[in-house]
Amino acid sequence: MLEIFTRLADWLVFDLAGLSAQSKWGDALHFFVEDVSKIFALLLLMIYIIALLRASLNVERVRDYLARKHTGLGLLLGSAFGAITPFCSCSSIPVFLGFTSAGIPVGITMAFLLTSPLINEVAVLLLMSLLGWKFTLLYIVTGMAVGIAGGLVLHLLKAERWLQPFAARAYSQAQQAGHTGTASTGSMTLKERHEFAKEEMTDIFSRVWKWVILGVGLGAGLHGFVPDQWVSDTLGQGEWWSVPAAVLAGIPLYSNATGVIPVMESLITKGLPVGTTLAFCMSTVAASFPEFILLKQVMKIRLLALIFFMLLVAFTLVGWVLNALTPYL
Amino acid sequence: MKIVKVLGSGCSKCEKVAQSISAIAAEKKIEIELIKETSPEAMMSYGVMRTPAVVVDEQLVHSGSIPHREDIEGWLQ
Repeated sequence: MLEIFTRLADWLVFDLAGLSAQSKWGDALHFFVEDVSKIFALLLLMIYIIALLRASLNVERVRDYLARKHTGLGLLLGSAFGAITPFCSCSSIPVFLGFTSAGIPVGITMAFLLTSPLINEVAVLLLMSLLGWKFTLLYIVTGMAVGIAGGLVLHLLKAERWLQPFAARAYSQAQQAGHTGTASTGSMTLKERHEFAKEEMTDIFSRVWKWVILGVGLGAGLHGFVPDQWVSDTLGQGEWWSVPAAVLAGIPLYSNATGVIPVMESLITKGLPVGTTLAFCMSTVAASFPEFILLKQVMKIRLLALIFFMLLVAFTLVGWVLNALTPYL
Repeated sequence: MKIVKVLGSGCSKCEKVAQSISAIAAEKKIEIELIKETSPEAMMSYGVMRTPAVVVDEQLVHSGSIPHREDIEGWLQ
């Protein structure tokens, strides 16, 4: 079914524009047209369908649900909800405070917040169409593992003591009082769901389309202009330091999952080891200074630094483990 | 006079909400006091988890998206 996008690109680039399939420009442009048209079509269709299904799931309901869970299950569910619940990164602070003031431990809240940027429907969709289901599954499992492990470490360290005073106060009050659910649980009509899905589709699409262009543009450049041998010769030998180096390189680069996945596709097809690629991409998506600085309003700098460092270690471990396992996958 | 607060971290959406509220109020010649509230503590005290949110006379009326024009008109009546 997806071949129509290859044919569309064939027609536009080779027939209409008259570029040769063997030329660098032809190759890069074909990659660009095929991926952009495919991703845009899939995004519009799938965001609508997914939004229709999950219209009644929102952070308020997740909070009420998690407030009643024990730690082990809470971490797993926190991470799982982080993957499926829609919310914009500009809301991470109110979400953090909403969870905390409902008495949900910081570990569970962070399992939610760490998994959220890594896994979302757009990312999964892109991975499926560009890199196949096996890699997608690997990505989801790894992303959730990072979220759960991060949450667990914070829980064991009793991270609540490093919250800003007003947040810590709200947390201990809720611990004593217990949280009573406040989210409305009314069911939605089909028309309301359709309205929600339509708004969600325009909202997400207007937010991510530039990232797709940018990401695919970079990926196309890599695809057409970087010689196939170069990446695998210089970075593909599996030296141990290449993974931490990739993680460090990802910190100053700030992108969301939508922008980085097309680049990932290019890197992998050029022969960069899967573990190194994933480590680089996750670091680009989740370890970003601008967002961490914002969290300073609710956490002491010590906790922030700890979470940041923990993420870097986690991504490095992910890279090493996956590189070691690649021959068996 | 109604006191309208727009809660949000100062992202572009929150800015848009504040603008459209003051535009509609001016158009309808309704006098309001518009406050842009960016502190996390304030958001927590209203129980807001999704921004932008709108509070009219200390009542939370909306949260999580840019409100429709009809909604805004309703709050200002």
